[in-house]
Amino acid sequence: MSLEEKLPGWKEIPIGGIPFKPSTEYKTGDWKVFKPVINYEKCTKCLFCHIYCPDGAIKIKEDGYPEPDYDFCKGCGICAEECPVKAIEMVKD
Amino acid sequence: MAEKLTLKDIAKKPDLLMSGHRLCAGCAAGTIVRLALKATRGPVILANATGCLEVATTIFPYSSWKVPWIHNAFENVAATASGIEAAFRAMKKVNKGPLAKYEHIDVIAFAGDGGTYDIGFQALSGALERGHDFLYILYDNEAYMNTGIQRSGGTPRFAWTTTSPAGKVIPGKRKWKKPIARVVAEHEIPYVATASIAYPMDFVRKVRKGLEVEGPAFIHVLSPCTRGWRYPPEKTIKIAKLAVETCFLPLWEAEFKDGEIVYTLSAPSERIARKPELKKPIEEYLKLQGRFSHLFRPKKRDDLISEIQQWVDYEWRLILKRCGKL
Repeated sequence: MSLEEKLPGWKEIPIGGIPFKPSTEYKTGDWKVFKPVINYEKCTKCLFCHIYCPDGAIKIKEDGYPEPDYDFCKGCGICAEECPVKAIEMVKD
Repeated sequence: MAEKLTLKDIAKKPDLLMSGHRLCAGCAAGTIVRLALKATRGPVILANATGCLEVATTIFPYSSWKVPWIHNAFENVAATASGIEAAFRAMKKVNKGPLAKYEHIDVIAFAGDGGTYDIGFQALSGALERGHDFLYILYDNEAYMNTGIQRSGGTPRFAWTTTSPAGKVIPGKRKWKKPIARVVAEHEIPYVATASIAYPMDFVRKVRKGLEVEGPAFIHVLSPCTRGWRYPPEKTIKIAKLAVETCFLPLWEAEFKDGEIVYTLSAPSERIARKPELKKPIEEYLKLQGRFSHLFRPKKRDDLISEIQQWVDYEWRLILKRCGKL
């Protein structure tokens, strides 16, 4: 390339890769071996399970109780381990 | 501070990181990002260095981000975040361009320990010196987990990694962990903090404060890694908590006010400072993790454990001194 030749400006450079689908189309729920089951008689709606869940797989229902979303739960068991009243049990999926 | 956030408020906020990302089960990075994004004030733009988080959240053609997000190389996340912030300021100034309509934008850079301690350090240091108004969140899983557990500047001493294997002669990594948060605090930027996800409200409050200050802010948060640290996935939060309780990671904040760096201890560490008997021995933290198993099996290496304990005590004393507790 000679010095006179013009390099492409930033407007001509192709844009980078853009992922265009939401990851919610990819269900990670089939990774799990154990699934969390919430005992609603013990649950105090403290929502620590929702806060700690790395996958955002514990949704909050309209009445304020948490509800696991088995489509995305990877079964790590953090919710059961951290539940202060031990209302969550991990059972074989 | 505008409003006081409670755990319930945080829980009610929508998740800006969608489910379906492919981080390992029990990975703390997911929790860290979800909580950090719940602390934002409105429009937000993210920059993300190469690392587990980037790889797992945007596997083509899927993306887990509900907010504008840009990935760049390992070394320049802080430079990219500076550029975003500078572009926003320029558009605001001439009142033209797509970002001009926003009152403020939260610019956050996410990077792992490799992209901060080692490869991305010069970009970070430069951005801090230039004083861009952005928040840098370091999620520290203490090795290059994404490429297969290679040691980094953030790996603690005697930890096993694939490039610092524990053998008969050399028991794991030979060097100490770089005190990154203190190094960054010495840049005299408005806000630096260390955090642990075991204390979610403390973390969220720090993120919000980092976004509210004018100028660069830095948060170092420990991100236990189930694959690399070799522990069962459900123990993630427990280990993050033990790191604070053993003072392996003291929680503190540093603000630059009137030409002085003011250090303050955060509540969980403040409790230990007031009642030193609450400080747990480092052994409790080490024995949960497989990467330190060579310190316990086949023979317990008390000499090495006490060496780590001495380092922890030294770091803890240093922080106490800076916070004016000693």
